[in-house]
Amino acid sequence: MSTETLEKAIENKPAEPLFSKRRKKLVTDPLIDDNPITIQVLGICSALAVTTQMKPTLVMAISVIFVVAMSNFVISLMRNTIPSRVRIIVQLAVVATLVTLVSEVLKAFAYDMYKELSVFIGLIITNCIVMGRLEAFALGNKPYDSVLDGLGSALGYSWIILTVAFFRELWGSGSVFGIPVFDYVSSLFGPDFKLATNGLMVTPVGAFIILGLIVWVQRTKTGYVEH
Amino acid sequence: MQQSNTYIIVFSVVLTIILGLLLSGTSQVLGPLQQEAIALDKKKQILGAVISASEIEAMTPQQVNDFYANRISATVVDLSGKEISGIEAEKVEIAKDYKRPADQRQYPVFMFHAEGNPEAVESYIFPLYGAGLWDAIWGYIALETDMNTIGGITLAHASETPGLGARITEGEVQSRYVGKKIFDESGALVAVQMQKGEGKDYSADAHKVDGMSGATITGNGVNNMLKAYLGHYEAYIKSKSSNQAVAGL
Repeated sequence: MSTETLEKAIENKPAEPLFSKRRKKLVTDPLIDDNPITIQVLGICSALAVTTQMKPTLVMAISVIFVVAMSNFVISLMRNTIPSRVRIIVQLAVVATLVTLVSEVLKAFAYDMYKELSVFIGLIITNCIVMGRLEAFALGNKPYDSVLDGLGSALGYSWIILTVAFFRELWGSGSVFGIPVFDYVSSLFGPDFKLATNGLMVTPVGAFIILGLIVWVQRTKTGYVEH
Repeated sequence: MQQSNTYIIVFSVVLTIILGLLLSGTSQVLGPLQQEAIALDKKKQILGAVISASEIEAMTPQQVNDFYANRISATVVDLSGKEISGIEAEKVEIAKDYKRPADQRQYPVFMFHAEGNPEAVESYIFPLYGAGLWDAIWGYIALETDMNTIGGITLAHASETPGLGARITEGEVQSRYVGKKIFDESGALVAVQMQKGEGKDYSADAHKVDGMSGATITGNGVNNMLKAYLGHYEAYIKSKSSNQAVAGL
């Protein structure tokens, strides 16, 4: 009941600008200060699993952005009709439907990607970021704000996994987006010179190390301390 | 009112129907496109045993279809190596067939023809299917015309561990098989065994390849699969190699 009265109070005020300061914060906060991976430590599973190469990581990031934003939107639209006793199941049904849609579309239009990511696309359903945003935000806020919030969290997730993938692919496979950077750089230094790749980076252990370094750098800069 | 059982049941039913319709609708619309993608992928896998992955990647779907139509012909044989007529090799579903006893299965054989000479066969391609660590693994192996030397292999998997067992899809791992022999000097089928551990040089041994570190069970799966399927095709392979021996005289 309290959320409804709160909303009525807001409605009486003049319309908020489309990109007001508060709304911008919804998108920008999860990028650094409240990043789902490095601060909230959610969505680690897929961050470790899919990040050996940039290309599948990008597809994964786009899929997560779509699923989080859309599920936030749909749940927010229904928030006043969802019976609270079954709300988790309702959320799960909506998320699972969206994930299945993504998976079906990939299967039809990007079969190679579908094969490579298959399990992990399905696992978006259990990505804590999705359910976390639904519970924490979409259930109590209006659709447009919820979409922004979803975008923010998903973008925060995306840039981290893309950064991890960049270093893992560069050091592990010597390439970026499949372009053999190491081969090219090696050829500049003569025929005998060869940049070595590190097999550790291809394994999930490599992701832990890179992720750990990112968290370290970020927390040093922002001064964030866990309470 | 929102908390009453009736409301919850009605809400759930309506939601289920809406989401169900949405999903089945999508599946209906995208179904044909997905079938096409799967058929194309199968052709790419078959071709992958004889030409490099980068060459296939450079082709458009249309080019893959054309190349396949020009260079590949196929037949289906049974366990004794006899041809079964009236079955399209591309339609044989290895995964489904795998559940039947070996002597009741259908075994497709794909022949890769020389460019500009549709009579001459450059290599024979056989499908493979077996179990990895978590789920199914499969692939195609190409034998050169001596019916003994491996010309190439493609391997794929349903859900092997990324970075470990999933490495069987990598070109570098698959290239380890090229040039290996499947028969020993006495003519017995020994196939090729992937070894435990990684980094040793097996170039002197015609029946061993370097393993994948941390993926010994997937490697064993590949070994069993090779041994099993080359065994199923043994009669056909022997019939071909003896034909050629006679022709050579």
